Amino acid sequence: MSDDIRQQVRVIVAEQAMIDVEQVSPDSTMEDLGLDSLGLVEIVFAIEEQFGVSVPYNANEPNSDEFDISTVSAVEDGVIKLVAEKV
Amino acid sequence: MRRVVVTGTGVVSALGIGYDAHIAALRAGRSGIGPIELIDTDGLTIGIAAEAKAYTGADHFSRNELTLRDRVTQMALTAAKEAVGRAGIVFDEALGPRTATVIGTSMGGQHTQDDNYRLIYRDGKPRVHPFTVPKLMANAPASWISMEHGLKGPAWTVSTACASSNHAIGQAFHMIRSGMVDAAVTGGAESGLTYGVLKAWEGLRVMSKDTCRPFSKTRSGMVQGEGAAILVLEEMESAQARGADILGEIVGFGMTADANDIVQPSLDGAARAMRAALADAGMTTGGEIAYINAHGTATAANDRIECAAIREVFGDHADRLLVSSTKSMHGHCIGAAGALEMAATLSTLTSGVVPPTVNFEEADPDCDLDVVPNEAREADVPYALSNSFAFGGLNAVLVVRRPEA
Repeated sequence: MSDDIRQQVRVIVAEQAMIDVEQVSPDSTMEDLGLDSLGLVEIVFAIEEQFGVSVPYNANEPNSDEFDISTVSAVEDGVIKLVAEKV
Repeated sequence: MRRVVVTGTGVVSALGIGYDAHIAALRAGRSGIGPIELIDTDGLTIGIAAEAKAYTGADHFSRNELTLRDRVTQMALTAAKEAVGRAGIVFDEALGPRTATVIGTSMGGQHTQDDNYRLIYRDGKPRVHPFTVPKLMANAPASWISMEHGLKGPAWTVSTACASSNHAIGQAFHMIRSGMVDAAVTGGAESGLTYGVLKAWEGLRVMSKDTCRPFSKTRSGMVQGEGAAILVLEEMESAQARGADILGEIVGFGMTADANDIVQPSLDGAARAMRAALADAGMTTGGEIAYINAHGTATAANDRIECAAIREVFGDHADRLLVSSTKSMHGHCIGAAGALEMAATLSTLTSGVVPPTVNFEEADPDCDLDVVPNEAREADVPYALSNSFAFGGLNAVLVVRRPEA
C-alpha cells in the first residue's frame, strides 16, 4: 500500500518536473528537480486530487512542520500519513 | 505644468464606512480581519477575511437600485458620494464633460457572477437573473459613478489585479496635469469575497489562516479584503479658486512591467517603478520622502523583494523612512488596495500620524526597515509614496505631497 503511494507520488512529481519517473530519487529536493513554487503548488493540487486528501501546505511557510516538502521521500511520507488519517 | 490636488476622499472598508472611520481605525491600529460572515464558508480552508461588515447595500440603496448594482458597485457609489460631498464640488454643464472617471477593479461583480453561475451549474436552473451582465461587468462601478454624478468626460475601468487603483489614480493624475481634463473621480473598488474567488486564492497556497503579518518573520500569508476608496482630483488653481479644502497634491506616478513571472515579484520592476514615480515628481534621490505605504502583502515573496527594492532605490535614506503596510488592518482589497492605501497615505501628510503595521511579532532580517510595528507614529511627512505591485508583474507607484499652507 505505502509503496504504491510512494510510486504514485513520484509519478506526480516526475510529470510536473517533466522527467522520467526513474530519475526521481527519494533524496531529490524540489529544487534539484527544477521545480519552482508554482510547480510545487501544482504537485500539491495533483496529490489532493489523486488521493482525496487536503494537504496543509502554505507557500509562505514552506519549512513549516505541518507538511514537509524538503525531499521527495518527505512528501511521500506526508502523503502516506494523510491517506492513513483519512481512513 | 498644471498641478493636481486631492480635494475629497470617500471610503468603505473593513474598518468602517467613511474616510474618518477608516483613518481612525488605522491610527488606532485596529484590524478589520475576522471570521467570514458574508457567505457560507462550509468547504473553505480559509475562514478569515477583512469584510466590510458594517456595509449593507440596503442601507444605501432602494430595492430597485440593488437589482442593478453588485456589491462592488454599491461600495464604489457610496465611496464616490462621500468623496464628491466632501470635496464640495459641483459637476455642472461646464465641468461634467471636463471630468474623467477612472476606477480600478480586478474582478468586477463577483457576487453576481458567483450567485448566478451557481444557479445554472449546481442548482440546474435553466436561466440566470436578467441583469447578470450589467451587474458583473468590470466597468459597472465606473459607469454608475459617471451616471450618478454627471461625469461626461473620459471614463473607463483599469484592471491590473493588485495595482488597479494605483494605475487608475495615476492615469487620472496625468490626464489633469496634461490638460486633457480638469477634474477626475478616481480610485478603486473590489468585492470578491465569494466562494469561487476564495477557492481560487486557496489554490495558490498564499493565504493565511490566522491573520496578516506583513514584514514579520512569523508571517503566514495574505488575507483577502473588500472595500472601495474614491478620490476627487482637481487642477490646483481651480480648486484654490473655489476655496476647496486641499488634502494633498499628487506629484509623481511611475509604472513598470517586470516582464519576468506571472506571480513572482521582481526587485528590478519594483525599484524601477519607484524611481519612475520619483523622477515624475522631479526628485532625484527621493530624500524628501518620509513615509512609504508599502504593498506589504505579508507573503514571503513580496515582503522581502519590496524591502530590498526600497533599499536599492533610497540607499542610506531607507534607514530614515517609515514603511508600513496597512493591509494588516484593511486586508488585501486587490483592485481597491491602492485607493484604500492612498486614503491612508494622504492622511499622514496633514495629521503627522503614520499608521502602523499591526500583527507584527518578530523582525525578519530580510525586512530590516522601520516598519512602524503595531503602534502609530507621529512624524513630519512632507512627501509620501504608495506602492502597488500586481500579479503579472505590473507595478504602479504614486508620490504625494503635503498641501501648501
